[in-house]
Amino acid sequence: MTEEEKLFHFNEIIARDEKIEPKDWMPEAYRKTVLRQMVQHAHSEVIGMQPEGNWVLRAPTLRAKKILLAKIQDEGGHGLYLYSAAETLGQDRSEMIEQLHEGKAKYSHIFNYPTLNWADIGAIGWLVDGAAIVNQVSLQRTSYGPYSRAMVRICKEESFHQRQGYEIMAKMMNGTEAQKEMAQDAMNRWWWPSLMMFGPHDKDSWHTQESMQWKIKRASNDELRQKFIDKTVDQAHVIGLTVPDKDLKFNEDTKHWEIGTINWDEFWNVVKGNGQCNHKRMAHHIRFHNEGRWVREAVLSYAEKINEFQTAN
Amino acid sequence: MENKDNQLPLWEVFIQKGSSPFKHEGSVHASDSKMALQNARDIYTRRGEGRHIWVVPSVAIASTDLNDEAEFFDPSDDKIYRHPTFYTMPAGAKNI
Amino acid sequence: MNKNEATYNYVLRLADNSMILAQRLAEWCSKGPILEEDLAMTNISLDLLGQAENFYNYAAELKGNTVTADQLAFLRSEREYMNNLLVEQPNGDFAFSMMRQLMYSCLAKHWYEGLLNSKDEMIASLAAKALKEVKYHLRHSSEWIIRFGNGTEESKQRSEFALSELWRFREDMFETNEVDDLLLPEGIIVNLKDIYPMWKAEMTFILEEAGMQIPEVHNTIKGSLQGIHTEHLGHLLCEMQYLQRTHPGAEW
Repeated sequence: MTEEEKLFHFNEIIARDEKIEPKDWMPEAYRKTVLRQMVQHAHSEVIGMQPEGNWVLRAPTLRAKKILLAKIQDEGGHGLYLYSAAETLGQDRSEMIEQLHEGKAKYSHIFNYPTLNWADIGAIGWLVDGAAIVNQVSLQRTSYGPYSRAMVRICKEESFHQRQGYEIMAKMMNGTEAQKEMAQDAMNRWWWPSLMMFGPHDKDSWHTQESMQWKIKRASNDELRQKFIDKTVDQAHVIGLTVPDKDLKFNEDTKHWEIGTINWDEFWNVVKGNGQCNHKRMAHHIRFHNEGRWVREAVLSYAEKINEFQTAN
Repeated sequence: MENKDNQLPLWEVFIQKGSSPFKHEGSVHASDSKMALQNARDIYTRRGEGRHIWVVPSVAIASTDLNDEAEFFDPSDDKIYRHPTFYTMPAGAKNI
Repeated sequence: MNKNEATYNYVLRLADNSMILAQRLAEWCSKGPILEEDLAMTNISLDLLGQAENFYNYAAELKGNTVTADQLAFLRSEREYMNNLLVEQPNGDFAFSMMRQLMYSCLAKHWYEGLLNSKDEMIASLAAKALKEVKYHLRHSSEWIIRFGNGTEESKQRSEFALSELWRFREDMFETNEVDDLLLPEGIIVNLKDIYPMWKAEMTFILEEAGMQIPEVHNTIKGSLQGIHTEHLGHLLCEMQYLQRTHPGAEW
C-alpha cells in the first residue's frame, strides 16, 4: 500500500467509528498526539495521589479512612491502566517518568493546589473527580483502542469517587459552624480551578481541531464544561453551598447556568509552574523515585540470578 | 558492574472469569513472575473480577504484523464454505 | 476482671495491632519504590483497616455499645492502646517496612490459626476472615525479603539492618498477662507462648531463603500490654486523631 492508501484506510476506520489498534498504521502526528495525551493523563492520576494522600492519615473516621484509601488506590490503578495503554505505542515507562521529571511532560494543573482542610478532600471528590468524569465518559469513545478500553474500565470505577466527595461536603454542611465554614472555604478555593480543568475556551484552543478530526477528542472543552456546570451548581445548592461566582445566573430560555469570567491568567500561571504546589509535587515524585532506585536495582539483580525462563545469557 | 535501573520488565495480563476464555486485560511491570501475578491481582481484580490469572513477559509474545495481514487473514475471507450459511437444508429438517 | 472485660481487652489488642500497622502502611501512599508497589501496600493497609474495624465493632458490642468503634480508635490515648511495639515503629526504608510486615504477618497467621477454634464465635469468625488476608501479606513480605537478601549488596545490608533493629521487639509480641490467664482455660484464646516457637521456626526458614540469619540482639524492649509504648506512638496517634480531638462531638 502507498502512503496515500494507508492514510485513506486510516481515515476510513476513524469515519466508521472503529478503533485504531497498536499495530495499525497511523500518521505520525496522530501517534504523537494520542501518546502525549495518554501519558499526561497517567501522570495526572499519579500526581493526584499526593494531595489526597495528604489527608489519609488524618481521616476523621474508620469509614472515611477506608474510602479515601480505596479511592487513592483506584487513582494509582488508573495511572497504571493509562501507562499500560501508552506503552502500546512503544515508549517505555522509564522514559515517561524522565520526561515528567524534566518538565517535558505535563499533568493536570488541578493537582498543583493544596489540600488545606478535610473539606478539600470532599471538594476534590465532588468537583475534581466530577469534572474528570464528564471528560472521561466522553473519552470512552476515543479512537485509539487501548485508550478507549482503559477509559471504559476507569469510568466503571469512578462513580463512587464523586459520591464520596459529595457525601463529605453534605455531612459537613449539616454539621457544626466550624465544619460549614471549612466546607464553604474549600468550595471557594476549588470551584474555579475545577472549571479550568476543561481547558481553554473552544475559540482559544488550538489542539482541539486536529484531536476532534481524529476522534481522539469526542466533545469540545466548552461543551463538557457546560455539562459539568449544569449538574454541579444544582448539587451545591441542594446542600446549601454558595457558588463563589457573583455573575452566576440561570438562563430560563436555554435552561443552562451561565457563569462569570474565568481567570485564565491564574490557569496559565499554574500551568507554567507557579502554582502553590507545582514544586512540591515534582520534588516529591523525584525524591521517592530516587529513594526507590536501590529497590528496583535489587529486584532486577535477583531476577537475573533466578533466571526463571531459562533464557541463554 | 553498573546496577540497572528501570521500571522493571513489562508483562501482559490475561484473566479468566468463571469458565470464559482468558481475556487480555492490560499489562503490569514486575521483575519476576511471583511479583507479576501479585501485581496483576492487585491491579486487575480489585472488584472480584477474576478466577485465574496468567502473566506473560511481553517480549515472549509473538504477534502478527500489519504487513502480514494480507497473507495471514485474506485467504480465509474467500472460503465461505466454512460457514454454515453456505449450505441449503431441506425444508422441515430440524437440529442441523 | 470478669470474662467479658477480659475479652474486651483481648479484642482491643487485635484491633490496635491492625489499626496501627494500617496507619503506618498508609504513610507509603505515593511514596512507593514503583507504582505497582504503592498499590500493593495500600491493599494491605485496607485489609488491616477492615480487620481493625471488625475488631473495634466487636469490642464496642462487648461494652454494651456504650462506645462506638470510632471512639475506640480515635479517642483512646497512648497509655490505653494495646498494640505491640513492633507495629508502631516508623516505616524507615522499604526493606524496614517489609521486615516489619514479615514479622507481624507471621505472628498474625499463627495467632489467627490458633483462634479459629475459639469458643467465642465472633472471635473465631473474625480470625477466619483475617487469616486469608494475613497469609497473602506474609507471602508478599517474605518474597520481598527473599529478593532483597539475594539481590544486591545494598538490599541485603538494608534488610539485615532492619532485622537487627526490629528483632528487639520480638518478646513484646508474645507477652501475656492476667487477661490471657483468665481466657485461656475458657478456650477463648490461644497461648502466645505456644505460638512463639512456630513463629521463630518460620522466620528462620524464610530468613535462610534470604541468605540471612536470626541476629544476635540482646537488647529487649517490652511493655505494650501495660500501655508503655515507644515514643513513636504518641506522634502517630496525634496525627491520626487530630480531627476528632479538634472538633469534639462533630459528625463526619
